[in-house]
Parts: sequence; structure tokens; C-alpha cells
Amino acid sequence: MCLGVPGKVLAIDGMEATVDFFGVRKVLRLDIVDEPVTVGDYVLNHVGFAIRRIPPSEVGETLALFEQVLKEAAQDDLMAADVRGELAGLPGARSDRARAHGSTPAAEEKS
Amino acid sequence: MADPGLDELKFRDPARARALSAALAREVAAVGHEPVSVMHVCGSHEQSIARFGLRAVFPPGLQVVMGPGCPVCVTDLPEVDEAVALALAGHRVATYGDMVKVPGSARSLADAEAEGGKVDVVYSVQQAVELARTHPGEEVVFFASGFETTAVATAAVLLNGVPGNFSVLSAHKYVPPAMEVVAEMPGSHIEGFLAAGHAAAITGSAVFEPFAAKHRVPVVVAGFEPLDVLAALLKLVELIRGKRAEVANMYPRVVTREGNRPAQEKLWRVFQLVGGRWRGIAHIPDGNLRLRDEWAHLDARRRFSLDISGLHDRAPSGLAQRCICGEIMAGLKQPSDCELFGRECLPDSPVGACMVSSEGSCKIWHTYGGLPDLREVRR
Amino acid sequence: MTRAAAPIERVGLKHGAGGRAMRTLIEEIFLPLGGPVDGIGLAALDDGAAIRLGDRWLVLTTDSHVVQPIFFPGGDIGRLAVCGTVNDLAVMGATEPLGLTCAVVVEEGFPRSDLERIRDSMRQACEESGATIVTGDTKVMGKGELDGIVLNTAGVALTRRMVTDSGLRPGDRIIVTGTIGDHGMAIMTRRRDLKLEGDLRSDVAPVNGLVRAALAAGGEDVVAMKDPTRGGVASTLHEMAGKARVGILLEEAALPVNPEVRAAGEILGIDPLVVANEGKAVIGVRPASADKVLAAIREHPLGRRAAIVGTAIAQRPGNVILDTGFGKRLIAEIEGEPLPRIC
Repeated sequence: MCLGVPGKVLAIDGMEATVDFFGVRKVLRLDIVDEPVTVGDYVLNHVGFAIRRIPPSEVGETLALFEQVLKEAAQDDLMAADVRGELAGLPGARSDRARAHGSTPAAEEKS
Repeated sequence: MADPGLDELKFRDPARARALSAALAREVAAVGHEPVSVMHVCGSHEQSIARFGLRAVFPPGLQVVMGPGCPVCVTDLPEVDEAVALALAGHRVATYGDMVKVPGSARSLADAEAEGGKVDVVYSVQQAVELARTHPGEEVVFFASGFETTAVATAAVLLNGVPGNFSVLSAHKYVPPAMEVVAEMPGSHIEGFLAAGHAAAITGSAVFEPFAAKHRVPVVVAGFEPLDVLAALLKLVELIRGKRAEVANMYPRVVTREGNRPAQEKLWRVFQLVGGRWRGIAHIPDGNLRLRDEWAHLDARRRFSLDISGLHDRAPSGLAQRCICGEIMAGLKQPSDCELFGRECLPDSPVGACMVSSEGSCKIWHTYGGLPDLREVRR
Repeated sequence: MTRAAAPIERVGLKHGAGGRAMRTLIEEIFLPLGGPVDGIGLAALDDGAAIRLGDRWLVLTTDSHVVQPIFFPGGDIGRLAVCGTVNDLAVMGATEPLGLTCAVVVEEGFPRSDLERIRDSMRQACEESGATIVTGDTKVMGKGELDGIVLNTAGVALTRRMVTDSGLRPGDRIIVTGTIGDHGMAIMTRRRDLKLEGDLRSDVAPVNGLVRAALAAGGEDVVAMKDPTRGGVASTLHEMAGKARVGILLEEAALPVNPEVRAAGEILGIDPLVVANEGKAVIGVRPASADKVLAAIREHPLGRRAAIVGTAIAQRPGNVILDTGFGKRLIAEIEGEPLPRIC
């Protein structure tokens, strides 16, 4: 399944890693991942193999990327300003502090 | 460290999705013509779009078409027939679940199983190797479907060493050549491509650079969360508007320009590119991944003499002749254009491969109600 | 939408999955057995039958249990049998079971200790629900002629007020009494061939007490109920929508799902909405009483995660539509439970 949620490596035994996906554990092969993987890393799964180690800064980088592409879009539209304002108020908008404890449960639980 | 649950939510945050959708609508309008047509080549992208109901939020002027992104769907009839022949000959055939019900010329693997053949559904090629180990007296053939990301797994397993009663019947496919063929098809108005994020994790985004230059279309590598898809589409339409035939990577957390070199090395050590037909579409030069000569001893096509002539005892049914899977996979038609869709052709009783596989557009549209006509539904 | 109508030649696994194929089998083969009943009979294909007895209804239900594995995290076939029957009665409005039957078919060689374990589970479940096993039957089949054990339970109860699964009207709110997909996913992760380890537990539990609380709070405003077993909440809602000729709009963000269940679903590519639940109820309530009924359910220990998850609508009758927060899509009427022998 391509739609893989990254899992967290709990243990490594040779070429096999026990990976946790929110409480569900799966054993993945490490033969094709191109970086050394250690306990605590996040990896992406494809048919039982870890294909990529996801660097810890990925969330912040990706959010910054989304904001960047929004900025590049039609600049002088009034609506864009409102939209950027809405985004600026969301948790994690400051990419360098994306992983802070600033996210409140109320803000996350948008209906 | 922040809770990963919250992180996941950030890629599914509806507020960001609305912002991206609004920007996408403005970008599409600014291109200056309608519709703006873009193609993705990954069943998982279609699943993501359908599952999250994204078509309902795409601007009406944007047409997101699914191309040949379903590896099971494009596995050609003779390839299925080879697997069926092996099963009927008494060998154990292991394959990924979706493949089992795909019709061959006369039978599917499920039919072969009903006739006494041994067919096992596996979730990883590793499992197929396990089967060979636990059944030493039998030949176990892994009917290998899937694109390049999946082929890497097959390569890795072979390089690790497998028991002597194991062999591979490769139906693996390579996507970039198919994009070339589709881009050159008459009747194709595709202005930009979304590339599959996980395949690009292996091959790197650089593999699309010659394609973008030659056909003068932008290619954006995209992830699979709803925000990934929306942001990538926004980038793609932006590039189309600016007439920039570039490759952009909107999935940097997984994809780099060079990709996963060790994985590529394994892939090309075991497989080579061979031309072949993609079911219903066309002959794709360099579209098939077959085992290299050095691996002949593990190649089911060379270990067994496969006689598939007996499987052509049925002319294609009237229904099969009306199936337009090929045009759907080439992105020329949509499932709703098919007169059989949702009537004679259903997941229960599929006519074509697009309705069998979980990555087939017909199956996905049928499961999730593909058309964005749910906009008016409200409490 | 017209259907491809190939007549059933042989029974397939899909005919036991609780979905459309199973209904077709029942309609073609067994429905002709039904006859006129003063009440709810076979033709209604509800969770049970209801026969008028003076000013009350006699509610009857029966289930066979073939779950594999027999012992799973959170329960076993015995607990499943008692709870399944108690729950079928409860969602018809009959929350005080008069008695249960228990027929056992066992394979030669089945260990005594396993039988005792199953019996103890059944006793425990009876205590929790207030039910009593009043009669049974015992059969043994030869080694290899049956896979372990099959249990059949039937239940009978009286009720003054019967609730069907077909009473929804546009505007009615849909409540699920807790997290969805727990049982089905727990069983799936236990199946060795899927190679998943997890802390998922079945939710198998008797919900008659919880339903009683809902009925006490909502009275006549509780208009439809069903227990979402095979095929999950998705199949249940399809049936409720189809029988009442309404559409149902579901809010994905409102659905209570355990993170482990969600994760297992992502890995397996299976939606928690389509897998079995064995300790939940889906309840349709008139809008005026929805909050009141929800509060009453949440007071009950089994109902802490209850939520209003959707609304019946006049548009798209028979369809279940999911609002994902990004857009809307159909929940397809699936074949039924993805894995065989889930209950």
C-alpha cells in the first residue's frame, strides 16, 4: 500500500526492524533503505520493506513547503491575504518551532 | 518529541486543505483556458483523491486524469496466462492479492484455484520465499506484479538467496516509459504530470528531467496525504501557467533528486528493461522489467516450459469486447464513460482489470463514488 | 443501479460475509421459508423476529458462531455467542433476555480445558448481561469433519416497545455507542498470515444495559437500532438507509476510532467502517432527543466514547455519504466483512 503512514522503529535485529504504527507492530526488512536506520527513526513501508528513512525535520520542512507554494500562487489577490492569515494562526505554522508543545488539543480538533 | 499523531494530522488539516484548494482554483483560472488537464500515474494517488473526496474540491476547470498507474491492471493477458498455466500444471503460485481475480485469456488464478490449482495470496515477496521453505517438495513461483518500487523488493530478496524450489515469474513494470507513450498519444491533452512519490523515492526525481524537457511538460513529484496532493497540484498548475517544463519535488521528506542509490543498484543488478504490451494500452518500449540472464536459474519463464496455447479456447466475450479499460488506463476516458461501469461490470463481477484491482480507477470510482456530484449533499 | 444477476451455483465464502452477497443467498434460498407473522418476520431480515403477544412483543433471535481463532484478545467464541445474541435482542428493543439456548457442535479431540474456558466466558457474559442459558444441545463430529467448535445461540425476550432498523427519517441523528472496527481489526491482526502484532482487543460486550439507558432517555424518539457486526458500521448504515429510503451523511471527523485500529486499517488497506463490531450499537434518534440520548449513553461504562456521527437526509436515498473534511465521497456497499470467520 502506497498510502503508508510512517512507522517508528522499536527494535532492530540484523536486517529486520520491528516498526510501530500507532500501537500496531510489523516487522520490516531493511535491505533497501539507503541510510542506516536506528531505533527511534521513522521509516516508510512498502510491501514489507522500509524504503526510506524519514528525517525528523520532515514535518516542519513540508509545512514550510506548503506555505511557500501558497505564496507563489496569485500574489495580489485579496483573498490570499485572508487565507495566509488563517494559516498563520494554525499550530505549527512557524516551521522552525513546528514540533513545539504549542499545539493545543482544541486547535487540533477542528470539526 | 511531539506526538506523531499530531504530525499526521498536519497533513490532513482541513483548514490548510481549504487554503490550498482556494489557491488552486485561482491558479487554474489564471491559466487562461479550460479545462486544464493533468495526469497522475499512480493508483494510490487515485485512491487518496477518492478516499478523501478531493474531486469534490478540485475546481471544475481542473481535470485530474488517472493514467496507467495500476500495475495489476496493465499486466497483459499472456502474463496472466503464464501464471494460470503454472498453477494448472500443479505448481504453487504465490502473488499479491489483487492479481488473483484478474481475468486472463480464459481463466484467472482464482479460476485455476477452483480447478485444483494451488494459489497463495502473499503480502510480501518474503512470504513467498517462506512458502518455498515450508514446501520443499513443491515448486513455488512468485508471480511478481507491481511497478519499480515493488520490483526492488523482489530484487532484494533474490540477492539475499532463495531456496532452489523458488522462482520468479516477473510481470513487473517500469512507469517512466509509459508516461512517454501516453504523452505522445493522439487525443492526449495532458499539460502536466504528477509523479508517484514512492516510486520516486527509489528512482529519484531526476529520472523525469529528460521527459519534462523532451515533451515540454512539467512534472511534480507528489506524496499521498490530502495536503500533499493539493499542494503538488497547486505547484503543477503554477508551472503550467508559467509555461515552465520543470521537475519539482513536493515530497522532499521522502524523495530526493538522486533517489535511493543502493536500491537502484539492486534493481538493475537483477532486472533489465524489455519492451512489452501494457494490457489494453500499447506496446511500451522498455516498459517491462524482466530478470537478467545471470538470474535465468530463478526465472520461471526459463525453468518451466509454459504452454499457454490451451488457454485461448474462448473468444473474448461480448462484454470483454465492450470493455474500455485500455482507454481508461491511457487517460483518454473515465470509468463513467464506460457503458458497462456499474451495470454489468462490478467488483463482484468484473469485466476488465480496472474493476479488479484496488488500484484500478474503475474499482476506486465504484468504491468511493468517483464523480464530484456530491457537492449538493448537505444536512 | 442494475445488478449483474448470475444465479448462485455454489456457496462461496462471500455468502457468509454479512453483505450484499449474503442477502442475495438468503433472498434466493431461504426467504421462501418465511410466512405471515403478526409482527416482524423473516422477510424483514432484521436482527431478530418479533411476534405480537397481547400488548407486548416476543422477540426471538439466533446466531451461529464460527470465529477463528476461538480465543482472541478481549474474548473468545463463548463470550461472542452470548453477547451476540443478547445484543441482537437489545437492538430490537428487548433489553431483558428471558433465556438463551446454547447448541454446541464440537470436533473430536477438542480439549476439555478449552471447553471449560469457553463455558467460563459464557457464564461471565451472562452475569454481565443478566441473561441465563436455559437449554442447549451437544453434538460431536469426527476429527477433521469440523474445525474445532461451532456454537449456536438463540435468545428470547419480551418488550413493550419494539424498535426496527427501518425507522429513520430525514433529520434524524445517528449515534454510534463507541469506537468502531475494534473486533474485526483485533481478529485480523491475530491471523498469522497477516504478520501484524498489535495491542488491539475485541470490544465484545453485552450492550443491553446501554441500550436500556438510551431507550429510557429517548423513548419514542429512538426510531432505529442495529448492531454493527459483519460488514461493520458501513453495512449497518446501508441497511438502515435502504430500508428507510433515506440517505445518510456521515462526518468522518466525528467517528470514534482507536489509533491502533486506524493504523492497522491503513497498513492493511481496510477501512474500520467496514469491519465487525461486537460491543456496539448504531442508534437513530429524532433530532430533539439526540443530545439527551447521547448523554445517557455516555453515562454507561461501555458508552464513554459514544458520538453523534451523522444525519439521515432526504437526498440520495439508500446511499451512505462520508464527509471527509476535505470533500465528500460515497461509502460503497461492500461485499461484506473482508475476512471470513470473523464472528
